[in-house]
Amino acid sequence: MPIDIDIAKVAKLARIALDDDELAGYQEQCTLILEHAERVQSVDTEGVPPTAHAFPMVNSFRDDVVEASLDRTEVLAMAPDTEEGYFRVPAILGDDGEAST
Amino acid sequence: MTDPADLTIPEAGAALRRRELTAVELLDAVLQRAAVTEAHLHAYLTIDRSGALDAAELADATLASGATPLGPLHGIPVALKDNLCTRGVETTCSSQILAGYEPPYDATVVQRLREAGAVVVGKTNLDEFAMGSSTENSAYGVTRNPWDPERVPGGSSGGSAAAVAAGSALGALGTDTGGSVRQPAALCGVVGMKPTYGLASRYGLIAFASSLDQVGPFARTVAGAVTLLEAIAGWDPKDATSIPHDVPDFSGSLDAGVAGLTIGVVEELSSDAIEPEVRAQIGAMLDRLADRGAEIVPVSIPLVDMGLSVYYLIAPAECSANLARFDGVRYGLRVDGETTEEMMANTRGEGFGAEVIRRVLLGTYALSAGYYDAFYGQAQRVRTLMRQAFTAAYDEVDVLVSATSPTTAFRIGEKTADPLTMYYSDVCSIPSNLVGDPAISLPLGLDEAGLPTAIQVMAPALGEERLFQVAAEIERLAGFTARARLATSVVTAPGASV
Repeated sequence: MPIDIDIAKVAKLARIALDDDELAGYQEQCTLILEHAERVQSVDTEGVPPTAHAFPMVNSFRDDVVEASLDRTEVLAMAPDTEEGYFRVPAILGDDGEAST
Repeated sequence: MTDPADLTIPEAGAALRRRELTAVELLDAVLQRAAVTEAHLHAYLTIDRSGALDAAELADATLASGATPLGPLHGIPVALKDNLCTRGVETTCSSQILAGYEPPYDATVVQRLREAGAVVVGKTNLDEFAMGSSTENSAYGVTRNPWDPERVPGGSSGGSAAAVAAGSALGALGTDTGGSVRQPAALCGVVGMKPTYGLASRYGLIAFASSLDQVGPFARTVAGAVTLLEAIAGWDPKDATSIPHDVPDFSGSLDAGVAGLTIGVVEELSSDAIEPEVRAQIGAMLDRLADRGAEIVPVSIPLVDMGLSVYYLIAPAECSANLARFDGVRYGLRVDGETTEEMMANTRGEGFGAEVIRRVLLGTYALSAGYYDAFYGQAQRVRTLMRQAFTAAYDEVDVLVSATSPTTAFRIGEKTADPLTMYYSDVCSIPSNLVGDPAISLPLGLDEAGLPTAIQVMAPALGEERLFQVAAEIERLAGFTARARLATSVVTAPGASV
């Protein structure tokens, strides 16, 4: 598979603001790395299941009891902006009422 | 008398219990060492003097009152990599995006160290978010190698390795995603170990690649690493991937020797790409292990050659998901924007360094529609085959050995221009992360330039006891007692006691 990265689109998906020079640099480096990593496609993996975790474990339960959670004041003290016990962010809806994302 | 900062963990523990040394005196020696070495090394990002003094005073008061010691690390000064959350003490991952962040809780491994009586000296430098092999990718400056300050300490846990080598901590914790404990241990001439995936809790470890990350100990001896691991290991209900398994006594086999064991030498990690002097010293050690009754056999695991490629698909993919949480909302840096999306993009563009951005972009691409199966999916399938290949190898041998790092400590700036050259530093260590098995690095000797060489021992999952058994025999045979130039010049320099 040829490596053809639309780096501006990838940066937008990753929510990272980069200028054109930076984008060009990352495009070149990421292409080189992927051209190397692409070697994995030469391995025959027909019928081989993927490994997501070296020790697959399912249904790790704990007892259903209420425990203390983190203190809200302490947690909010680390946030850049808060209001009335909530995290505060810039407008999510634009002036036209459309979602800005 | 030996400077207490130069004691090993077992030596210091014994001196404390015999009341020949107080925890405050030991902490003081370590802080004095740091006061001299830090100007050259920059191993620490934060030294928590008051917190450490409180812990040392508590340790002394407990012994003075005749109560039993707090635990196996009673009064021992340790350092923590700065991606482990420490309640109320700044935790940055060496990133601008977390500048000023003071976690509201301790990581489970940190809590367990405290419960075992350890005195936390401070937080050590790393490659930003543990992404790197040299500790040059820190937003707060490079850490230097105590054996030669013109060289890197390795990475990403370079600060922890340098602190232990220099004597500004007796032991330390790092994290190992592709070799980030073992490779810096090798380059700094100390012992570094990655446990079986799931043996130690990851709760409070700020995640890089969740299926590969594991917390591991640094010490100057195998026994010290064992003591640290025994303190941090064990099931944690807060980490769903931690193994619900009783932690055995790892130290029971340290004196058992290697007679009757079969040691496999991984041929794919013994090639010309490994520095000749490193290969020669490993070969000499294998001869001595054979003299002690071990059978040495070559083992071929061809898929090991795919390790780097698999790693550089899986690790960036997982990091792109994990680092989504750094968006200027709940903690750390915020760079304003007109909209929330713009604020997030500006925050991440300014807050992340180049290596982190590179990996987040790589991972985002590898996971995006149309590429997922060819890259991430295929990497995960190759990973399955690699696990099967290692499992098959362990049907024939008890442990595997290789170099830890293809080279000894390289010069600062030598590999920063080309990411692929830097990535190759982890070629020997990455397979253990992909297959989830334990591995340890320990020093063998010095090369002609006076830099430490190292050997890696690998064992099957939950085979820590066997791993430490072989490592302890290698340690005895190597008789490595050299100390880093910086540690010894500080000790012997006139007027060095500040």
